[in-house]
Amino acid sequence: MFDNLLPLVAAVIVPLVKIAILIGALMTAAAYLVLLERWIAAWVQDRLGPNRVGPLGLLQPLADGLKFIFKEEYTPAHVDKFLFILAPIVILTAALAIFAVIPFGSVLPPLGLEAYGVKDPIRLIVAPGVDVGLVYVFALSSVAVYGVILGAWASNSKYSFLGGLRSSAQLIAYEIPLGLGILGVVLYSGSLDLEHIISAQATSGVWNVFTQPLGFVVFMVASFAESARLPFDLPECEQELIGGYHTEYAGMKLLLFLIAEFLHMVVAAFLIVILFFGGWHLWGVTGSGDEVNWFQAIARIAVLVAKIMAAIVFFMMVRWSWPRFRFDQLMSLAWKVMLPLGLLNLAAVAVISETMQSAESPTSPWIVAGWGWAVLLVGWIGAALAAPLHDDNRPRQNTREFDVEEEIASGVKP
Amino acid sequence: MKPTDPAITWIEEPKLGIAGKMYLPLFLQGLAVTTRHLFSPKVTVSFPEARPEIGNPLIYRGVHRLNKDAEGRVKCVACFLCATACPAHCIDIVGVESPWPDREKYPESFSIDELRCIFCGMCEEACPVDAIELTSFFDLTGRSREEMIFDKEKLLSVYDQTKDSEPMKSQEFGGTL
Repeated sequence: MFDNLLPLVAAVIVPLVKIAILIGALMTAAAYLVLLERWIAAWVQDRLGPNRVGPLGLLQPLADGLKFIFKEEYTPAHVDKFLFILAPIVILTAALAIFAVIPFGSVLPPLGLEAYGVKDPIRLIVAPGVDVGLVYVFALSSVAVYGVILGAWASNSKYSFLGGLRSSAQLIAYEIPLGLGILGVVLYSGSLDLEHIISAQATSGVWNVFTQPLGFVVFMVASFAESARLPFDLPECEQELIGGYHTEYAGMKLLLFLIAEFLHMVVAAFLIVILFFGGWHLWGVTGSGDEVNWFQAIARIAVLVAKIMAAIVFFMMVRWSWPRFRFDQLMSLAWKVMLPLGLLNLAAVAVISETMQSAESPTSPWIVAGWGWAVLLVGWIGAALAAPLHDDNRPRQNTREFDVEEEIASGVKP
Repeated sequence: MKPTDPAITWIEEPKLGIAGKMYLPLFLQGLAVTTRHLFSPKVTVSFPEARPEIGNPLIYRGVHRLNKDAEGRVKCVACFLCATACPAHCIDIVGVESPWPDREKYPESFSIDELRCIFCGMCEEACPVDAIELTSFFDLTGRSREEMIFDKEKLLSVYDQTKDSEPMKSQEFGGTL
């Protein structure tokens, strides 16, 4: 009599198992990414890095976590208590909820659960087949910025306030290039579903980074800003703003902010890999269809994780390679360089895919890629020639000649 | 100072070429530097297990020692020059009449407060008989402030410990033993 219920139960249990795996993996990953970040920071500066807790320092995340748990949960008296507590919850919830539509692998062959109603191969994504996946991702990553602004505003502190202001201005400046970078990919693969975008790249064997490198550059720069990583970590720069929006936070609430920050970086790495580097696809190893054997299924997960780790290491290396942008430089980079380049990419992708992808005689994707690189070259050199970032505001010899005595004599108040 | 002051030299920044304006060469340069350092040998050591290399023990300024002469007597003649030179006032000497015929005074007690000491090495420079020297011992610890006031016996024992690894500097520099 329960036979009818079994598919229903399976339909509930399978996503719950996926969620448990995903959240467990993400929390562990965030903890170990902190360790990786500290290691890379140390190695780049010719230091050894954390190596005391456990073998090779591998238990350091445990020590870090314990430290946060045992710290005093101090809430300053001058804060708006409700929003102050709400902000870290909002930011972490949003950061975790993003992963609902992000595939963390391809598909698993059926696990012998046919008797229980699980007939299709299991898709490694919490919410499979969400047609507006990308829109969902960007809606939620914007909500995460609300967490930052809420926390900054509720803190009632000048440093936090400045961090929040910067974060909101940065959000407006970078959502547009980010969206333009994505639009090219969406236009080219014809779907907002991340799984479909991957399988489109896997089927043709040409990753989007080859066909639209300009879009990749725009998207990557914007995603650095979106995840508030150096060189665009203005909302939280330690040197100027003492941590920016989380200046007033301590203990577990600070931990929530920091985890969310790392999750943003993970999301950015996932999106870069999925949108531009073919997700789980690798030539000759992973295959491309939905029919997989166990080797392919595991190889796809491994390839995806390897690509994401590479992207994250790149994020961390860039942190120590480049100094932070000044705020006006960041703004002019966003509005004067990235926005036009994003528009150029979008227009080029539209024209190229309209003229070359006719149904009867499709052009080879590699020729499309050639055009993409030509567009990159033209756009990049154009931006360099226009050079909107090279406004020189240093003092000059003849900019302001004045003589105090003369000015007083002519009636100017000193 | 006015902008027209002749003491100011105004320099124009050289114009960036197309490669500089394109950012990419500079970006790759920065990334190459960090990547090189990622794999380069590290300068820090895991201290208690591995000890740092002291470049030249002769010019390293660590814990003090009181040198002994060939007959095993303390070389110090209690002239107070080191205590006078000391900017941290950490040297305390009680000089009394010497029992030996070759000098007038010797230190009955000689103590250095290693917690006050700033390890500037001025005592070493001031000493006319090369009696006080700084060794390359740097990891001195103690459980109390009193313990860190090194008396004459302690300072002489530092000499006994280090005389083989670090010969007296006076010999090295051609001074009198």
